[in-house]
Amino acid sequence: MGWEIDPILVTLVLVNLLLLGGSRLVTCIRLVAVQGVLLGILALLVQVGWSPTRAVLLAGGSVLLKGVVFPRLLSRALRGAEIRREMEPYVGYTPSVLLGLAMLALTVWVSSRLTLPLPAASHLLVPVALFTTLTGLFLIVARRKAITQVLGYLVLENGIVTFGIALSHEAPLSVELGVLLDVFVAILVMGIIVHNIREDFDHIDTDRLASLKD
Amino acid sequence: MLILLALALPTLAGLAAFVVRGDRLRRWVLVGTACGHLALVAAMWVRRPRPLWGDWLVIDALGLLLLSITSVLFAVASAYALGYLDREGHQPHRDFEEGKLFSDAPEARFVGCLLLFLACMTLVASTQHMGLLWVAIEATTLASAPLIAFHRHHRSLEATWKYILICSVGIALALLGTFFVAVSAARPGGESSSMLLADLMSEATRLNRGWLEAGFILLLVGYGTKMGLAPLHTWLPDAHAEAPSVASALLSGALLNCALLGILRSQQLLTAAGLAPFGQRLLVVLGLVSMAWAAVFVIRQTDFKRLLAYSSVEHMGIVALGVGLGGAATFGALLQAVNHSLVKGMLFLVSGNLLAAYRSKSTRAVRGAVRALPVSGVLWVAGLFAITGSPPFGTFLSELAVLKGAIDGGRWWVAAAYLGLLAAVFAGMGRIMLRMAQGEPGEGVVPARREAWSAVLPPLILLGLALMLGVWVPRWLAELIASAGQVVGGGPWRV
Amino acid sequence: MVSASIVGVLAGLILAPLLGGIINRVKALFAGRSGQPLLQPYRDIAKLLRKGAVFSTTTGEMFGVGPAIGVAAGVVGLTLLPLGGSRAPVAFSGDFLLLLGLLALARFCIVLAALDTGSAFEGMGASREVAFSALAEPAMLLAVGALVRATDAQSLSAAVGAVWKQVWQPSMPAAVLVAAALAVVLLCENARIPFDDPNTHLELTMIHEVMVLDHSGPDFGLVLYGGALKLWIFSALLAGVLVPVRCGSPWLDAVATVIGTFCVAAGGGAVESTMARLRLVRVPQLLVGAAVMAALAVLLVR
Repeated sequence: MGWEIDPILVTLVLVNLLLLGGSRLVTCIRLVAVQGVLLGILALLVQVGWSPTRAVLLAGGSVLLKGVVFPRLLSRALRGAEIRREMEPYVGYTPSVLLGLAMLALTVWVSSRLTLPLPAASHLLVPVALFTTLTGLFLIVARRKAITQVLGYLVLENGIVTFGIALSHEAPLSVELGVLLDVFVAILVMGIIVHNIREDFDHIDTDRLASLKD
Repeated sequence: MLILLALALPTLAGLAAFVVRGDRLRRWVLVGTACGHLALVAAMWVRRPRPLWGDWLVIDALGLLLLSITSVLFAVASAYALGYLDREGHQPHRDFEEGKLFSDAPEARFVGCLLLFLACMTLVASTQHMGLLWVAIEATTLASAPLIAFHRHHRSLEATWKYILICSVGIALALLGTFFVAVSAARPGGESSSMLLADLMSEATRLNRGWLEAGFILLLVGYGTKMGLAPLHTWLPDAHAEAPSVASALLSGALLNCALLGILRSQQLLTAAGLAPFGQRLLVVLGLVSMAWAAVFVIRQTDFKRLLAYSSVEHMGIVALGVGLGGAATFGALLQAVNHSLVKGMLFLVSGNLLAAYRSKSTRAVRGAVRALPVSGVLWVAGLFAITGSPPFGTFLSELAVLKGAIDGGRWWVAAAYLGLLAAVFAGMGRIMLRMAQGEPGEGVVPARREAWSAVLPPLILLGLALMLGVWVPRWLAELIASAGQVVGGGPWRV
Repeated sequence: MVSASIVGVLAGLILAPLLGGIINRVKALFAGRSGQPLLQPYRDIAKLLRKGAVFSTTTGEMFGVGPAIGVAAGVVGLTLLPLGGSRAPVAFSGDFLLLLGLLALARFCIVLAALDTGSAFEGMGASREVAFSALAEPAMLLAVGALVRATDAQSLSAAVGAVWKQVWQPSMPAAVLVAAALAVVLLCENARIPFDDPNTHLELTMIHEVMVLDHSGPDFGLVLYGGALKLWIFSALLAGVLVPVRCGSPWLDAVATVIGTFCVAAGGGAVESTMARLRLVRVPQLLVGAAVMAALAVLLVR
């Protein structure tokens, strides 16, 4: 089975690295959409032998929400605004990629320490899932715009779901759908807030959201 | 059946609130639902409901305790909201900090989200499935975000943004932790095992230790963010300060407890697996850090809603510390959670009255509250003593129990730090809040002879309950708290 | 066995300039021109070797020595280069480090020769060339390292020989990543688009070309030939990974790899025709990307 899903996992890693190095907002939104689609395929491949409704529901939900709905939502939150369509990083793109490599090495090391008590589809699964999670966290911290923080949250969530899809077979369908629904509403609410922030502040730079402090 | 009713009632009412047109009708839907929910919870005390859906929905002692706090607080807050929404009206307001005009979000959205928020919290308290627990806790974040953004000015937007982003990210980590726990429970053969708490606990000794501990850390960080444990609390002061007072009261009194429940469930699992000291150590450290952090920020605070928010951080620290100490302190911690909810809810409601009268959140602008607002002012002073753990309020008893736990365990340093920090917070809050209450009201503040019933009666009820818990803890409540404490590794409580 | 390896080295020596011809032909095809003859690079080199040279008065010994050492390093490098499954005449453990060292030596001498002219343009080109290769070298090292680690081989010949069984079959993504990293390094080290435009005539935008601007006659011929050898080495290495034909007969393997090498050159021409040159600030990012891909491959292979 590893032969089938390894390419997907490696593509996930490459998408993460592209996200770290990507400078255009639109490109990054597309990349996150690609990640969503990859997750859907992963769900289909891993869930072989499980009930087809479950696999199709999960994969379909993932592809539809993360591949189609979220990008649209985020693009809409962007549209019409006189905002610069760049990521505007705190940490430069090349250092970000290099840090990404360091994070990858770290996750490989960590997952070599934590041995899986169950047979995994691929030895890459745990490091890739953790790496995606870390990438998301890094994007949230190291990028300036509210919308890039939403993207970072999505990537973070993708990483966690990668882990969940592949390893915890026991999470029942209802819970996974619940997770999907929660994320959907979260993105919806975040999108609305980004929209409102844009209307109110004429920008979506989070470093200028600083009126509340002690 | 009772559980389903308690879940369905606020959900349906919440959805209905979005479509109901008349303001009066909608407000009464709110109060009616709150009272109905309270009645259902009371019925659960009489007869514990049977597990539903293959043990997914179970009300155990811990769940019932937190559900009861939530329900009581929600009922009182909804009564307060009745008057609050009336006073708020529909016209644009002038922002008293920057003088800009802003209008509130539609009332239907506010009421609807309040009710959905209640439904989510009910689910948190009643589920025993780690996955569903996560879904429910994340749902509380989402349902409460629009409450914080009720006043549509840019500070509330900023606070909402921080709230939803920090909490969502934190809780996402808790999801990873949940998956880690699931992995730790997987059998070598690869066949699935259930994520129900009862099943996990029954085979707890078999769980993979490394994954369980890693999972617990993630759960602690994730739910700890939501619970406001320092240094993960950064969203909390902003959100509590910018939300309308009703929402602040619910956030502080009910929402934080829901996150606490997430941590308690994880600790429960750890205890069953024989790893309780691992979790307890972490909880003690986080608890003390939270108290210290809060003490620093309380002392030089100039915004009284933020002051209350930091006090919440402190109290969550006390609760975490109590759970971490184990033994008698666990009883104290749970009792503290109950007391904190009542008192902090009351204080936030009173702060709403002060805010309405003085039109400022600055501690310097508010003077002579006792004269300007006879009832609210007195409540404010009483609340100060109640929240800082002075007798005869319930907090005294519970904080004493935590102290006793520390001393019983021979942890003198912890006890000394705990007492020192409590004293620091008392001094800081006392200085600020007493100065607000005393003296002559400044120019332009019209002394209100008669305050509206809807504004003072709800906090009065909460204060009365807190006072009652100080002089007399009913036997049924003590028993419930004791049995709730036992599942997270607490010992029996003997005075 | 030995004869096949010797023939492989000879093939490299003879066929290397042909790659440049193939690239130019492909570019012409894309542009809809008929283009120069395939053997034009040979004619250029032959013409240059017959001509006399002009030396600037500011140049010293190094100016003449640089191109010669460049060619010499390329020739020695060829003896270490396996053609697919056919082993190189010289193979010992750690020989890939020597190959990288030889390539670096060639670059170093050309750069010194450029600096020897004392001209600002040469200096600028040299500094850019060095800056890029400082980033390309780690990528190359990591890519070859991934091959060596995956195949558990000590020598380049053994590693490339086992590439199908030990890299492609167990971990296809790793093989793809190595090939991608090698391809990027190939384009960069041989001064092709998107890193450098061999056709440009504006000194400010030239990198490799400006560095050898002052060479003329036989010296320039040697520079061209040395460059062709370098291109051959990189292309053959890439073809060795991309064309994992290992049928057992060294002759067949070698022929397949040589055909693969031509295809790599044709692919390079296609890239050159369809892509624009990168902005200078983006170049390090692409090279770091290549290094990251190679590093990922190292992590992937067990």
